[in-house]
Amino acid sequence: MSTTRAAPASGRGAAPGRGGSGAAERRLSWRNRLYRFDMRYMPYLLIAPFFLLFILFGLFPLIFNGVVALRNYRLDDPTLPYWAGVENFTRLFGDEDFWNALYNTFGIFLLSSVPQLLLALIVASLLNRKLRLQTWWRVGMLLPYVTPIVASSMVFSVFFSRDFGMANWALGLFGYGSPEAPIDWRADKTHSWIAIATMVNWKWIGYNALLYLAAMQSIPRDVYEASAIDGAGPWRQLWRITVPMIQPIIVFTVVLSTIGGLQLFTEPMLFDPNAQTATGGPNGEWQTIAQLIYKVGWKDLNLGYAAAMSWALFLIILVVAGINTLLTNRLSGGRR
Amino acid sequence: MTAVAPPRPAAPVRRNRPALMGRAPQDTPAGAGTYLLLAVTMLFAVFPLYWMFVIATSNDEALAKLPPAVVPGDRFMTNVEEVFSLQDVFFAASMVNSVIVSVVVTASVLFFCSLAGFAFAKLRFAGRNALMLFVVLTLTVPNQLGIVALYIVMGKLGWNGTLLAVIAPGLVTAFGVFYMRQFIVNSVPDELVESARVDGASTMRVYWNIVLPAIRPALAVLGLLTFVATWNDFQWPLITLSGSDYPTSMVAISDLASGNYVIYRRVLAGAFIATVPLLIMLFIGGRQIVRGIMEGAVKS
Repeated sequence: MSTTRAAPASGRGAAPGRGGSGAAERRLSWRNRLYRFDMRYMPYLLIAPFFLLFILFGLFPLIFNGVVALRNYRLDDPTLPYWAGVENFTRLFGDEDFWNALYNTFGIFLLSSVPQLLLALIVASLLNRKLRLQTWWRVGMLLPYVTPIVASSMVFSVFFSRDFGMANWALGLFGYGSPEAPIDWRADKTHSWIAIATMVNWKWIGYNALLYLAAMQSIPRDVYEASAIDGAGPWRQLWRITVPMIQPIIVFTVVLSTIGGLQLFTEPMLFDPNAQTATGGPNGEWQTIAQLIYKVGWKDLNLGYAAAMSWALFLIILVVAGINTLLTNRLSGGRR
Repeated sequence: MTAVAPPRPAAPVRRNRPALMGRAPQDTPAGAGTYLLLAVTMLFAVFPLYWMFVIATSNDEALAKLPPAVVPGDRFMTNVEEVFSLQDVFFAASMVNSVIVSVVVTASVLFFCSLAGFAFAKLRFAGRNALMLFVVLTLTVPNQLGIVALYIVMGKLGWNGTLLAVIAPGLVTAFGVFYMRQFIVNSVPDELVESARVDGASTMRVYWNIVLPAIRPALAVLGLLTFVATWNDFQWPLITLSGSDYPTSMVAISDLASGNYVIYRRVLAGAFIATVPLLIMLFIGGRQIVRGIMEGAVKS
């Protein structure tokens, strides 16, 4: 790029010494060619770095993943036949670990996405007032968003410990549970799911609230003026006017949280005191699919099977995101 | 709203219920209840961070206190020194690694994505729309899908266990191109580009002299978001860097927390150190981050 730009300058520098119309003509055609090159090919040069890097480290692995899924790709046993056919996929159907992880993933996903988006909606409507220090309220809501999930998961892991955990202590204040028989948050599915869902909710409520707030502020004001006629209070106003009006962004956040929620990895990993085993509890109480992929691929060293699982997860995300979009369209009142 | 003059006379009756006046919520001053609820929300947002600091400054007993300790101790430096001196965790190096990875990735995303965004927004070339559609479609592909193959690719390149394996996949993002294109379409007038062309400016000159100055706010937003996301990334760095001598800070923290006997004041001291840079960023660039997230919401 720098050479093509330098060329006209040097051409100009050489011209006066030579004089003559021939040189001038040559100079013109040089410029012309440069100009044509610039107009015709420069756009491709500008987008080339993006596409090259993206194809190399984004698209190619994606496609290659499909090939790996059809192979016997075991890091600990390279002697197996090269191709496995659809064996990795058929194995999924009978794999109890896979179904257990799928069940956990959906459980945690429901416990995190539904409260997360409802609370975000309420926080957004709180922020959607004339506030003093408006910017600082908004920035404050992003504290959890910028906090590394690794760091916050560590804090929450301590909150949810059985003995001396702050969660048990706080629940005790409300008369739930007792110091003699404290809740063991890592002993069963329900409690571990709640603990992990809490981490996810904490992280994403503020972020989603800002998305909703942006949409709320772009609702035309006369919609609210009209609503005064039938005497809608703030709560009814939220559900009858605001929510249907910001429906597209609600659908967007549902899709986002589906994609993110079904790939949940860091929180369940670090909730386990033996994180490196990636089993999600002694009996897989909270092992998610993403965790299972990690375990199969890098602990059991069966990359072929892990690749097949990735494809299964992808399909599941597609289907669930589609269903959720339809559901949200219905529930949030958009009939357009 | 002052334009809605006629209904004014009835106002005194309704004064105590502002939402009924037909005012948009954002024009209604917040009441004490709103402030109270927001303050409670903020408390929930801040408390885990604050408590991370409390444990990071305490001794082992602080964790076993009921009611829980909420006042910082005086052992912050001791805990930090312990974290930095652990032989097999490489914590100091991991912080440097995180800075290197995040800075390189952010700079690269800003440069390459603004170049491509500029081309898609202001230049005419065959296949432009099809290529842009491709970019938009790849936005929705979950990044975990290719992770197994990415590991194999990095293995063939011999990059696993090095920072290159973490940097390379982050160098460009489809979101970055999409975001930059949107911003350039709206903020760089076509006439300005045209008149520069008439004056004989090359494509790169237009980019450098006209586009770059106009998109500075968008660069700030994309840069902050990219930096935060790269700094916090865990799954891929864990896979490729695990067991190597070049962990990122997130991998190092998870190393602190592995083993049979975890010393949480160390773990949380490490976590706190790795969080501070982001808190500083939020403090300085919070306004930009908020605006970036909210603008993105309205446009999409």
